[in-house]
Amino acid sequence: MANKFIQWMDERIPMTKTWNIHLAQYPAPKNFNMWYIFGVLAMLVLVNQILTGVWLTMNYVPSAEGAFASVEYIMRDVEYGWLLRYMHSTGASAFFVVVYLHMFRGMMYGSYQKPRELLWLFGMFIFLVLMAEAFMGYLLPWGQMSYWGAQVIISLFGAIPVIGDDLTLWIRGDYVISGATLNRFFALHVIALPLVLVILVFLHIIALHEVGSNNPDGVAIKKPKGSVPDEEKPKFKFHERFTKKYDIVDAIPFYPYYIVKDLIGIGIFLFFFCYVIFFNPEMGGFFLEPPNFEPANPLKTPQHIAPVWYFTPFYAILRAVPDKLLGVILMFAAIVLLALLPWIDRGKVRSIRYRSMFHKLNLVNFVISFVVLGYLGTQPATPVATLFAQIFTFLYFAFFVFLFFYSRREKTKPVPERVTS
Amino acid sequence: MSNAPVDKGRRRFLTVATGVVGGAGAVAVAVPFIASWNPSARAKNAGAPVEVNIAKAEPGQMIRVKWRGKPVWVVRRTPEMLKELDGIADRLRDPDSQEPQQPSYAANKYRAIKEEFFVAVGICTHLGCSPTYYQSGMGEHVEGVASGFFCPCHGSKFDIAGRVFQSVPAPLNLVVPPHYYVDDNTILVGEEKGQA
Amino acid sequence: MKKLLIALITLIPSLTFAAGPTVPLDEAKVDLHDKASLQRGAQLYMNYCLGCHSLEYARYNRMFSDLEIPQELGEKYLQFTGDKAGDLITINMSPEAAGNWFGNPPPDLTNVARVRGADWIYTYLRSFYKDDSRPFGVNNAVFPNVGMPHVLEELQGMPAETYEERRIDGEMKQVYAGIQADGTGRLTESEYDQAMLDLTSFLVYMGEPMLLEQRRMGWFAFGFLLVFTILAWLLKKEFWRDLK
Repeated sequence: MANKFIQWMDERIPMTKTWNIHLAQYPAPKNFNMWYIFGVLAMLVLVNQILTGVWLTMNYVPSAEGAFASVEYIMRDVEYGWLLRYMHSTGASAFFVVVYLHMFRGMMYGSYQKPRELLWLFGMFIFLVLMAEAFMGYLLPWGQMSYWGAQVIISLFGAIPVIGDDLTLWIRGDYVISGATLNRFFALHVIALPLVLVILVFLHIIALHEVGSNNPDGVAIKKPKGSVPDEEKPKFKFHERFTKKYDIVDAIPFYPYYIVKDLIGIGIFLFFFCYVIFFNPEMGGFFLEPPNFEPANPLKTPQHIAPVWYFTPFYAILRAVPDKLLGVILMFAAIVLLALLPWIDRGKVRSIRYRSMFHKLNLVNFVISFVVLGYLGTQPATPVATLFAQIFTFLYFAFFVFLFFYSRREKTKPVPERVTS
Repeated sequence: MSNAPVDKGRRRFLTVATGVVGGAGAVAVAVPFIASWNPSARAKNAGAPVEVNIAKAEPGQMIRVKWRGKPVWVVRRTPEMLKELDGIADRLRDPDSQEPQQPSYAANKYRAIKEEFFVAVGICTHLGCSPTYYQSGMGEHVEGVASGFFCPCHGSKFDIAGRVFQSVPAPLNLVVPPHYYVDDNTILVGEEKGQA
Repeated sequence: MKKLLIALITLIPSLTFAAGPTVPLDEAKVDLHDKASLQRGAQLYMNYCLGCHSLEYARYNRMFSDLEIPQELGEKYLQFTGDKAGDLITINMSPEAAGNWFGNPPPDLTNVARVRGADWIYTYLRSFYKDDSRPFGVNNAVFPNVGMPHVLEELQGMPAETYEERRIDGEMKQVYAGIQADGTGRLTESEYDQAMLDLTSFLVYMGEPMLLEQRRMGWFAFGFLLVFTILAWLLKKEFWRDLK
């Protein structure tokens, strides 16, 4: 019965074929470590965001008059509304946590290098859309931070010469952030951007499965056809799509081996996720900021405005620069440079395991700069904090400059022929 | 590569166990999504029981109140109206209120706690229109019956106890909502007596 | 380079302590399981605060059932606005009128515990002091120049700032020594502190009425995840034996 159904389907849509190509007969390097869980977790969080998001729209009122009260209505009057809302608000932060770690994994193991440049670019577009999605979503509760955070960020566009002021007016649709702004952000947040996001995720995975996954050794598991003796080939059957042109070594099928391994990672991730949802949904003011429990008041700015934590590294760069336009340019440059990594890094060795000490230190410098900038972005801009922000902004950009120059003639360690286990 | 023999039983058990536990988790996650579709506290409170003051109702008069967003009628029936309830049983679908369209304390000939006051949800059991009340003149729709309810949408007819006549689209008698007398002048619609 | 680094390190404390409250806040030991305390807090709120401050996102009957107050008693002794127990806890004062009387309309307090935190509320309520320069004759150490009268004066009495003489660097100086009530209130100092803790607890409950249920569900989720993760780990080990 089940077989007949599968056969009926397969004659009409490539069901089994897709299953095999992307899961059961997809060759994944056998040496993935825990850093490789974050892609799956990002998918999980995406599903969570879409489901809880759809459910929240069922009771949310997208208007300046009704938005704040409707969120409180969800929190208090709708059965389990508080849970759906916390799943969504926690999911937003969790999304950035896993995406940042996912990106760092790519940087560590050189996953952006040839032939995975496009894969990396799709990833960067996902990151950009995610930031837009998060920013617009944060306006929707119409609390004080929603309002003033949006005010500050939209004002950034005012720094653009000549058209800046008209542009901010156009984005807001009013002289201040208003119901008009809220409604367009709502439309983009609930349908336009998620649609783009899902398409980009699809492209990201298609591109990944075309070039194949990188691994912690950064060594290719595709060898020239006929170069590998049979006894060294894995005992598993891989789809002919992968074996037609290459001999595959050191690979295991994604299903069942990595599926069952990912289940452990998902379980551990959900521990953290549930801890936040059930015990600390505000996460000390980082995930839900206290002033956002006050309705938006266009006449009164909260004493200290900080964006949500995932924007703060870039926000700190913005504030570090005394010139408005230059600050905006540097902030965007901080993201664009990440996207250009495949061309900035001119090295031939992918994994940090076989690269020079200088590269390792440089990457540590990047991480420290990013984290410190992130911290500084949450703090008031005192002169001392600004000085620190300037130093670490410099170090952040220095990472890319150094990388561009040393990577061409880097002293690397010998790279093994095959992945180590 | 594989030297250890595969323990098929253990593998099968663990797969099923993980699947069952994971499935239970998925069901648990579905609960808030499903439960959030229940009427919210706002809806429930808006649908809270309604008090109806019947002290000033004239004989033959109908009082309309809203309960859970629906019209609820309270008709003060005259002795003439009550007399009409006799002798038409053979023209009704459910003259003895066998169908559970009313609480047990209203499953009598008058479909009421006190025969003088008829309390019903004013929604036709056919497709949900609200029938028109005929204090008199029902005779133009039903021969020999002066008062009752006539649904303008599809022509369903009910007598003055909300019992449906035969050969009309509506299948069931009008619904009598839970209600009780707080005192002689007040009916509480939407709650049984003694219910918190 | 080294000098710069040292300079920077010495600056770190000033960086972290740059922003902070001026008055140290007292810790509010809130216990949401203590229904009696929450009930007393609700009573204080309804009698002294609700004249001006609504709780407009919360409903009476939810509060009654969460605080284990029988509905009839609640409606009789705690409900002064709204007609039905299912109504939101609103006030009758219009925001415009309130703005005229107080300068700013008194804020809704449903979420105040989430905005300010329990310690802030607890300390604020105990930090009014006599200040004849202010329109209402009082000021507040936690919220300077607040546009609110000391509504609880009949309970606390009129507090004043006190100073004591202390020897500092060989000189006698007047040092701020906190706020002391004048003893005209109905409650002693410790009774007043307890009453304010009750009121604070009530506001903490108001901010997150689902909190206890949330915690309970959290422990269930942890228990479930523990079982699931262990099973997944065993399953992974079982499958990965193929690869040895």
